Amino acid sequence: MSKIKFILNGNAVELDVVPTMRLLDVLRNNLGLTGPKEGCGEGECGACSVLVDHQLVNSCIMPAGNVAGHEVITIEGFNKQSRYKKLADTFARAGAVQCGFCTPGMILAAEALLNEVPHPDEQQIRQAISGNLCRCTGYSMIVKAIKMAAEEGGGLW
Amino acid sequence: MIACDIGKPVRKVDNDIKLSGQAQYIADFHVDGILYAKTIRSSCPRGKIKKIDMPVLPNGYFAVTADDIPGKNSIKFLIDDWPFLAKDKVNYFGEAILLLVGPDRAKLLELADKVHIGYEKIPAILTIEDALSGNFVPIFGQNNKFAVYDYEKGNVDEAFSKAVKIIREKYATGYQKQAYLENQGMIAVPEKDGKVSVYGSMQCPYYIKNALVQALAVDEKKVRIVQAFTGGGFGGKEDYPSLLAGHAAFAALKTQHPVAVLYEREEDTAYTTRRHPAEITLETALDGEGRILGMKADINLNGGAYAGISEVVLQRSIYNICGVYNIKNLRVTGAAVATNTVPNGAFRGFGAPQVIFAIEMHMESLAKAFSIDVLTYKKMHIVKQGDRTATNGIFYDEVKLPAMIEKAQRMSGYTAKRKTYQAKPKLHKGIGMSLFLHGCGFTGSGERDIIKAQLKLCKQKNSSKVEIFAANVDMGQGLQTSFRKIAAKALEIPITDVLFAYPDTERVPDSGPTVASRSIMIVGKLLQKAAEKLKKRWQEDNDIEIIQNYEAPQRIKWMGEKSEGDAYPAYSWGVNVVEVKVDPLTYEVSVLGTWSVFDVGQAIDERIVEGQAQGGIFQGLGYAAMEVMTNDDNGRSRQNNLTNYTIPTSMDFAPVENHLLKTYYEDGPFGAKGVGELTLLGAAPAYASAVAQAMNIHVAKLPVTPEYIMREAEQNE
Ligand code: FES
Ligand code: FES
Repeated sequence: MSKIKFILNGNAVELDVVPTMRLLDVLRNNLGLTGPKEGCGEGECGACSVLVDHQLVNSCIMPAGNVAGHEVITIEGFNKQSRYKKLADTFARAGAVQCGFCTPGMILAAEALLNEVPHPDEQQIRQAISGNLCRCTGYSMIVKAIKMAAEEGGGLW
Repeated sequence: MIACDIGKPVRKVDNDIKLSGQAQYIADFHVDGILYAKTIRSSCPRGKIKKIDMPVLPNGYFAVTADDIPGKNSIKFLIDDWPFLAKDKVNYFGEAILLLVGPDRAKLLELADKVHIGYEKIPAILTIEDALSGNFVPIFGQNNKFAVYDYEKGNVDEAFSKAVKIIREKYATGYQKQAYLENQGMIAVPEKDGKVSVYGSMQCPYYIKNALVQALAVDEKKVRIVQAFTGGGFGGKEDYPSLLAGHAAFAALKTQHPVAVLYEREEDTAYTTRRHPAEITLETALDGEGRILGMKADINLNGGAYAGISEVVLQRSIYNICGVYNIKNLRVTGAAVATNTVPNGAFRGFGAPQVIFAIEMHMESLAKAFSIDVLTYKKMHIVKQGDRTATNGIFYDEVKLPAMIEKAQRMSGYTAKRKTYQAKPKLHKGIGMSLFLHGCGFTGSGERDIIKAQLKLCKQKNSSKVEIFAANVDMGQGLQTSFRKIAAKALEIPITDVLFAYPDTERVPDSGPTVASRSIMIVGKLLQKAAEKLKKRWQEDNDIEIIQNYEAPQRIKWMGEKSEGDAYPAYSWGVNVVEVKVDPLTYEVSVLGTWSVFDVGQAIDERIVEGQAQGGIFQGLGYAAMEVMTNDDNGRSRQNNLTNYTIPTSMDFAPVENHLLKTYYEDGPFGAKGVGELTLLGAAPAYASAVAQAMNIHVAKLPVTPEYIMREAEQNE
């Protein structure tokens, strides 16, 4: 066990955990944040996506110790922000949500992209979500939602 | 808001809870005092269990075996041969033998490593060929077949005797894993007086309930099943969840603790049901002009180690073998055979994708043999209103295929491209078109004789709210929204005034399983009728409860013993076009475009249907192109995660352009027919046809991998 300090959804947290524990387990089990999901547990599906220093990360393959001193944002933190509201609105209008299991990860993948590239083209969007699997939608409606957010988001990103 | 045009999209009612990460899937449940169960599985494909060496279990840890099952140790299906936990013998690698249960998941893994099971091996049947060879001791019955079918229409022998040419071909299709993003999971909670409540990811709450009542040998009041948010199903959560629920319930009752059975991806991929591999032989008698006089079809499905629902899957295969073509003289034989592999089960399309692929590719071969353009040839044979189905039923409704084909041609530029690519083989480009149908709802008289769906609609005194009570689930396909929309439209009230909770068998009647593209067409119609009755009684000054029972449409006639009559009440239709370019060095295929036209009656929500079309076609392309699943010499799946079982990503295929035809089906709510499964069926044959053109090969196998294309191309040289 060791003490790990980091910023989680805007608040400083300090935890006693084994540093090799998966960040996903720390978030879900120790902190009760179940927005990040486990779809594969091996970095393949993106359901466990979180932002670490605003980069998209698969929390199932990141040791908790690695986030010491960094900033972590999960869907629970991001869903309070105006950027989330825009994305949620365009995801709804584009029909980008089916079973919802990939959705929190997709939203964070979209945020990570738009934060870097406020006006991505279709190819950049497809690339940005290529680590996030969705078995329901066939992706195009998600791509459209992200495109709409970029177009309508004036100033948010 | 009053939904005036029912098809006009509305915001889905569950968007926000899913988007914000607040939706609670079963692994997200927090339950005090919960224990976890780890399944110990067979490492032998077929054998007798000789001994089980168990480690000493620490305090608070338990083992659950077949002896802890109070009632019948088999999952309730048509044929009850699949044990929850193997007792003396195992029939596939990965079969569940016992459960280790305890509070710490890491500790359970440690203990699991110390369980040693000894087997006396029996030669295993691994393939359809083995199964039919007669060289092995049968796994099931005398002939090793879970089900055998045989039917005939017209006079096949006469047709063959008149034939100028006879063409016989074999087709084969592989496994496909549902690969929903959320793995299977159940939590059972012991209640007072031997009762148990089970929560989980599922499509069919009442299937699970009935399975548990039998396995626990209890009164039906002692079992309660509640659906949690479900992260995709695609059929995979139709049959298998009964097994998980059983495991969780046995453990919960034994330990008197809540018990969670949560599969990880590896377990889910390697050991839960998949799509049946098929071997299909088609033999066609033709006249001098290439017209089909008659056809003989033989279909064998690999059912895996236990019967499960293989018989019903087989029915869909054998009754849909003609695809959209009018074949007057037909003989069909089919079997679901037993092998020592993971039992196969439901998957979107349910026995139809296999045969639609075969008939579409066969039609191409027939056209080629007579040097007729393939689309022209198909059009010579497509059914029209009033024609007979494969089982001598009737296509009662208008068949709009000609208009759909035309639309698909315009959208995709099919005709010009097909010509160009034919003329310029060096381009290595191809474009293929598939025509297909899907029988909506259960096959045969299942709806009337077995399911007997019931739906309840209630309005409390002095309330403007209406509540729907139905057992059908939302697993992502949007039922939470579309059911509310149907009620709102029929009652002319705002959709926000319609309540529809996730099913809980203690609250909802059995409106049947969420399968077979039946929820909207069958249960949605019950809902519409109930709502219309409620509307008439709206002013009553008391609580109102409307019970609506299923009644088969008058026109439907089915004689099951003879496989004769209307196997389905209605059909949805589709046309898909896929355009590809093949790299002649690596044989890698790029999909340049996909176009689709569907007739699903009236869409209850055009955006939801669009989502089904997009997602279904992608799953179909995965089936066609990349989803490879094979077994090793122990019948063990070589693929056990999303790295070695690859499903489409956002980069794999070009976007799909889709068009919906507006039609009206009188026995569906506001004219709606089935949607979900249809959308998967056409991608594989269209893709295969495109690849065939690009490389000038014949495609007789799914998936169409680069290795397969290479083999066929080299044979051609
Ligand atoms: S669960 Fe982390 S990538 Fe799949
Ligand atoms: S919506 Fe189901 S996995 Fe994406």
